[in-house]
Amino acid sequence: MLRARRQERCFAHGIHPPEAKDDTRDLPIKQFPFAPVMIVPLLQHIGKPALPVVREGQEVARGQVLAEPDGFMSVAMHAPASGVIQRIALAPGISGKMTPAIFLQPFAGSSQEVGEGVPCELASATPAEILLAIQQAGIVGLGGAAFPTHVKLKVPADSRIDTLVINGVECEPYLTTDHRVMIEQQADIFIGIRYLLKVTGAERAIIGVEANKRDVGAALQSALPADLPASVEIVAVKYPQGAEKMLIRALLDREVPSGGLPSDVSVVTVNVATTAEIGRLLPHGRGIQERVITIGGPGIRKKGNYRIPIGTPLRFALEYAGMAERVSRVFLGGPMMGQALSSLDIPITKGTSGFIAFTDAQTAPQPEYPCIHCAYCVDACPLFLNPSQLGLLSKAGEYERMADEYHLMDCFECGACSYVCPAHIPLVQRFRAAKGLVRKRRGSA
Amino acid sequence: MVVLTAVATIGGLTFLLASLLILANRRLHVEEDLRIDVVEEMLPHANCGACGYPGCRPFAEALVGGSEAPGKCSVSSPEGLEEIAAYLGVAIGEQVRIIARLACAGGSNVARNRAHYVGAQSCVAASLVAGGGKSCAWGCLGYGDCERVCDFDAIHMDSHGLPVVDSALCTGCGDCVDICPKDLFSLHPEDHRLWVACKNLEQGDVVLASCEVACTACERCVLDAPAGLISMRDNLPVIDYNRAHDTRVPIERCPTGAIVWIDDTAGSVRGAASKKIVRHSALPLAPS
Repeated sequence: MLRARRQERCFAHGIHPPEAKDDTRDLPIKQFPFAPVMIVPLLQHIGKPALPVVREGQEVARGQVLAEPDGFMSVAMHAPASGVIQRIALAPGISGKMTPAIFLQPFAGSSQEVGEGVPCELASATPAEILLAIQQAGIVGLGGAAFPTHVKLKVPADSRIDTLVINGVECEPYLTTDHRVMIEQQADIFIGIRYLLKVTGAERAIIGVEANKRDVGAALQSALPADLPASVEIVAVKYPQGAEKMLIRALLDREVPSGGLPSDVSVVTVNVATTAEIGRLLPHGRGIQERVITIGGPGIRKKGNYRIPIGTPLRFALEYAGMAERVSRVFLGGPMMGQALSSLDIPITKGTSGFIAFTDAQTAPQPEYPCIHCAYCVDACPLFLNPSQLGLLSKAGEYERMADEYHLMDCFECGACSYVCPAHIPLVQRFRAAKGLVRKRRGSA
Repeated sequence: MVVLTAVATIGGLTFLLASLLILANRRLHVEEDLRIDVVEEMLPHANCGACGYPGCRPFAEALVGGSEAPGKCSVSSPEGLEEIAAYLGVAIGEQVRIIARLACAGGSNVARNRAHYVGAQSCVAASLVAGGGKSCAWGCLGYGDCERVCDFDAIHMDSHGLPVVDSALCTGCGDCVDICPKDLFSLHPEDHRLWVACKNLEQGDVVLASCEVACTACERCVLDAPAGLISMRDNLPVIDYNRAHDTRVPIERCPTGAIVWIDDTAGSVRGAASKKIVRHSALPLAPS
């Protein structure tokens, strides 16, 4: 154990939840069928909603632009299927809010072919042109955050990037989408890296892969083109290894400053599935209208990895995959940072890396006990915060003190503290609530 | 000898420092209106901020300075205001009581939940988990963050988990407005009694699947009200409080009771045509 730790790169603190990836890691990516009605929300990313450029009743081809980006903090949306626009109306979103969405009814007999667009040539395009192409392709962080990729790649003028980190860690339990992408889309990943190196001006790329995917790492390493300045590094299996600050720490031993960005330490990190999509779409001038997700968990019959059209209603996807009896909870994303759902009428969006269904057996509510300062959470927090103290302050409503004295705003909500808490205190949920209130107050002040 | 030196040193130091203090007191003396202390003492010490000042002391300074009238304090009793006005020799001034109003009527007996929420029992925390368990994305979650945050004991959760504002105790400080994750509270002058108690933007009968008292956007209130008083925006009636709004007519034909009349004693009064609410227990979970 100790020897293994010394060999593999790692960050300090963190936890090791059961990986639960065995069910789906060896299943090839399968194409998901089209739902009778697709719901494409105009806001699937962090930023401003896209502006629809289609009207009700209009017929669209698969891959056609449905909505244009509204400003820099916005990306385009593309038709997930050839069909007809039913209406543009409010639809339930993942956050629980009703958000405007385009309802699209696919044509039953259509070939569903995706047309070619204006390609973004790697050799001739300038970095600015590539950035624009990424925005027009509607690409966002596919790891789950759904942050517009072109915004992330727009490096501040005063900082210089030397290393591009490709995040193939996938530390969330159950999820195996990045795993499959790294096996099945290696060529796309390498093309994507070439685009990203050109945009950021980085000299080299490192693909970080968690040690439970060692075979994938070895396969990637041997397939690397000789002229690509990239390498594959194996990092220890630990949660949250896939958080970009943790990964940068593990791979390069650099610490992103509090409140800072990876560019402050000359690094840009991009998720491996995002990289693969850039490599797959940009040479053809296409937009992102489907993504790879894992459907898993004890409550699912046909577990697997699927290439699913964006906008597929969750209810349709669940019915297709088959729900076991007594499913009590469905999570979007992984069980650690994913979102519990209150409605099955929401669509799969660009940020959905998978969904997991649990039965009563896994989700029995645990009674909450008072904090006894055992400090398990302190040992778990990858950012060296003090969740115990933060938890007490949040109970007392001392949100300003949490932010000013205990660095609440640095918390990226990985949930390691809640996971280890023997008193079952919902720490990370309290911190999310507190962060929201602090942001609201500072925003209005 | 040693003893004498010690006494002389300490004595000398004492004298020196004392004279320094005396000098400082003379040179740095701030002339302050003594009435500020008196007026502050007369104010309710709530420091609630409803007057627009950070606390009672800055408001007292403004009162003594003459830039504000005592009537702006919504917490103080009428006698208290008279006392301040008499002391300062000014008029009480126009007193517009500002009260928090809740734009939701969906208690557990009329509004459905679509999921069970398990976790921290707080609206702010629940709203982060897919918006909470309520079927209506805009509706009150009912975990009582507003009740807990109210310094004046003016908000109480009723038996259906819906906050009720006690207009006699509410000072319009706005703490409930800040805390509510669904933004259901807003501050209004007391005479805004014609009130739309719904924020659901969906249209027609689909809203009734999630809540029996939601606005269905039928527009009867718009037709019945004096011209221009009520208009529809995003499937909700909007009352133009700049026009004369002291009329109960618009509520009478509302089929669900989404537009109400707020009475100080009777609470929110629903129109005669609104569907009667007979249920007392909570509705079962909506079928998924």
